[in-house]
Amino acid sequence: MSRYRMVAAAIIPILVLSACNSSASPSPSSAAPQASTPAATTQASAPAASASTVAASPGTKFKGISVNILTFNGPQVAEPLQRRAPDWEQLTGGHVNVVAVGFQTIYDKALLDASTGTNSFDAYVFDPQWMGDFTGPGYLLDLTDRVTNDPQLNWQDIGPFFRDFNATYNGKVYTIPLDGDFHMVYYRKDLLEKDGVKPPATWDDYLAVAQKYNGQDLNGDGQPDYGSCIAKKKGAQSYWWIISIAAGLLQGKGTNDGAFFDTSNMNPLFGPNEAITKALETYAKTKDFGPPDELNMDVGGSRGLFTTGRCALTMDWGDIGTLTPSTYAQDKTGATITPGWTQVLDRASGKLVACDATTCPNAVNGVNYAPFASFGGWSGAINAKAPKENQDAVYDFLSYMSSPAISGIDVTLGKTGYNPYRTSHFDNIQPWLDAGLSQPAAENYLGAIKSSLTNANMVLDLRIPLTKRYEQDVLDTAVSQYLAGELDAAGTEQAIADGWNAITEEVGKDKQLAAYVASLGVQR
Amino acid sequence: MASSDSSLELEPREPVPSGSAFRARATRRAAQTADAWRSDGAARWLFIWPAVLLILVLSIFPLVASVALSLGRLAFHQGGVDLKIIGFANYQQLLFGLERSHFLGVLKAPNPIGWAVVLATLALCAVAWTRAARGGRVRPIGLLLRLVGGLLLVGSVWVLVQALASDGGRPGALIVTLIFVFAGIVLQYALGLGLAMLLVQQVPWRRFFRIVFLIPLTITPVGVGYMFLMMTDTSKGPLEPIWVALGLRDFTWVTDPWLARLAVIIGDTWQWTPFVFIVLLAALESLDQEVREAALVDGAGRWQSFRHITLPAILPVTTTIILIRLIEGFKIIDMPNILLGGGPGTATQSLTLQAYIDWNTLNLGRSAAIAYLLLILVSVVATVYVSFVRRRVTDLA
Repeated sequence: MSRYRMVAAAIIPILVLSACNSSASPSPSSAAPQASTPAATTQASAPAASASTVAASPGTKFKGISVNILTFNGPQVAEPLQRRAPDWEQLTGGHVNVVAVGFQTIYDKALLDASTGTNSFDAYVFDPQWMGDFTGPGYLLDLTDRVTNDPQLNWQDIGPFFRDFNATYNGKVYTIPLDGDFHMVYYRKDLLEKDGVKPPATWDDYLAVAQKYNGQDLNGDGQPDYGSCIAKKKGAQSYWWIISIAAGLLQGKGTNDGAFFDTSNMNPLFGPNEAITKALETYAKTKDFGPPDELNMDVGGSRGLFTTGRCALTMDWGDIGTLTPSTYAQDKTGATITPGWTQVLDRASGKLVACDATTCPNAVNGVNYAPFASFGGWSGAINAKAPKENQDAVYDFLSYMSSPAISGIDVTLGKTGYNPYRTSHFDNIQPWLDAGLSQPAAENYLGAIKSSLTNANMVLDLRIPLTKRYEQDVLDTAVSQYLAGELDAAGTEQAIADGWNAITEEVGKDKQLAAYVASLGVQR
Repeated sequence: MASSDSSLELEPREPVPSGSAFRARATRRAAQTADAWRSDGAARWLFIWPAVLLILVLSIFPLVASVALSLGRLAFHQGGVDLKIIGFANYQQLLFGLERSHFLGVLKAPNPIGWAVVLATLALCAVAWTRAARGGRVRPIGLLLRLVGGLLLVGSVWVLVQALASDGGRPGALIVTLIFVFAGIVLQYALGLGLAMLLVQQVPWRRFFRIVFLIPLTITPVGVGYMFLMMTDTSKGPLEPIWVALGLRDFTWVTDPWLARLAVIIGDTWQWTPFVFIVLLAALESLDQEVREAALVDGAGRWQSFRHITLPAILPVTTTIILIRLIEGFKIIDMPNILLGGGPGTATQSLTLQAYIDWNTLNLGRSAAIAYLLLILVSVVATVYVSFVRRRVTDLA
């Protein structure tokens, strides 16, 4: 009896305490219903409402509303969200909970959260490439009306490419851009100018420049350095670089031409053909001028080597430009559009043909440039099943983060991982100077970005259902096997084609073709 | 037990009770028994069933649900997700289809060494089976099971040599995992036993080294992965000056598949040797010193003492350690993933890493199929190991 009483006496207080505790400190999700105060609902239900546009008392508009945002643990990408959240909370009374996870797990976490009806996240700051998997089943909120009527966001200030492609799917806006991503080549401007060497225009030039500087002491420490540093680690960014190298060989007639599949029959362009053979061989040759462990180096490694002056060339997103201040590479770095090719793939024969006015109408001096908008840039999307007041609050926060005043600062800071994507980011040079770039460096950097963004042959990243499997599984594995010598070029091309065809068949060829064509059907 | 014993001793000494006193005592006893039963029953219910339910919910249900997952494919639709059953297509893809080269490897005709290994295995199995059949101690069903086991062994060796001892062959995730497991266990046991033998002696700083040797075990595997990632980085890692001083500026762990696998095995060994060490140290310290001293007095050498006294004495502990490391080793993922991402190529891609990659791309069906094949493999290897070792331990006893 006494034991029974003791157990009961021990359990009852525990249960009572647990109950008290849970009611005293509700979880973020349980806080949502409490937030449905009449005032908040009324304000939030106004179309395209935002913190700065509605005449509400500062600090009360989203009072009591707590929103969960899933994103990358970087520490970039999550950093600006976490740093800016208290400011927004001060302005609106809302609360932002940033849930940061590893890059490899964002996609499955977000998709499973939405598809299983768990809906523990109100918004996702993720890769807009994955929209194909989210918009079809209706997991994302249509933001078209909101963004076009939001003075805080200033939608028209966002670059046309990022507005029309990154944020839009099948004519509807689903994401708010926070970052602008595409590849460029960075070079040691001081060295090339001293030697009278021009920045590489073609990939053959790239290899020649890399060979010239490989093994020389590039940073004055008495040790030999490297001609080229391109991250090649499996499970990291390796597959994006091969797309960049192949892009100019695959796409000649403008963005709508596509660089991944033949838009008439969904046959993979990354398959057995001369363009991919050449791209693979070029990619492998860059190894000869890189650090010995380049095969195991991710983009963090290549950035570290370039900013410490150990590489003459590298390929990267816009991040290098903002990482150079206070490093060895400050004021020694030049940026240029990703090199192109003087040949392009004839899709009917699988052979390479010379660029001319018909095959490469956008070529400059005979070089077909095809800057690759890899990844596309971190963007915020809202869960269609999140409570209405949470949708309004999290939209307001994302709009605040993307607003010209806020993003104009964040894109100049290397720690954010965000790159410029608004017209105002290019027009207003002062924040760049404040961030530590010199006037010439800032102008060079922004000029390279502009020349890529205005190129009519820009390559859109793949954005159809199961995109992640096409690129991060099949392409990444095959390219990694090629670089490691497990497969030859022909075997690699066949492995990619077989893997891609299997995924296409799994979803349905017609469905995937329609999705691919729709993703390219942007009128710019 | 103590209370019941004392009551047995006291009962005969008590006077015979009167009728009313007897009834009162009987009532009181019945009430006490009911309370005791209620108390014990409640406690049993309270303490056991939550755990049982938790295990059922967290282990058994997912185990059953993942069978369905491995036979299906996810399809996302408006407002939800469906599991479309596709039979054994995921298993077919892994064992015979598009993923075979990643799962099993590229299998080519064995070279002469490979043939020699296969024939030697075949001969050993034949001899063992013939001896068992002639001995007359094994029942027919036992002989049949031995035959099946022998064929499985020869088949496994055939696959192994086609991947490892052939021209153009390449091991897949399954064989890479086996390499990690067996190479890791051998190294960890040898080092752990050596360190335990060393520290069981009265050496200076004994207590300090015991603690130091345990540190790797306390670090999270992901942390160990990042530590080895830095240490093996020859171009910009913290050990770069040492590599350069040793004339290994252009040396790299990552372009050669076997060096990459070695790096993973070294990292895994660094982390798990302390586990083997601490358990063996406890086993060695509990040994009866008199037996060894008597052997030494009788003229046995150190090696003889170790071989015939120490090793048999710690055999039960050894069996357990190896079984634990065997089961744990098959699940290796952190080190190959953090250190090399499974590369170069697929050189360090373990089964769990392959399942993880599929999981990340929401190919949950194939991921579950890999997990089930791993479960079968671990179960077979562990069962064979346990039955093999049990017989040896019984023989020794």
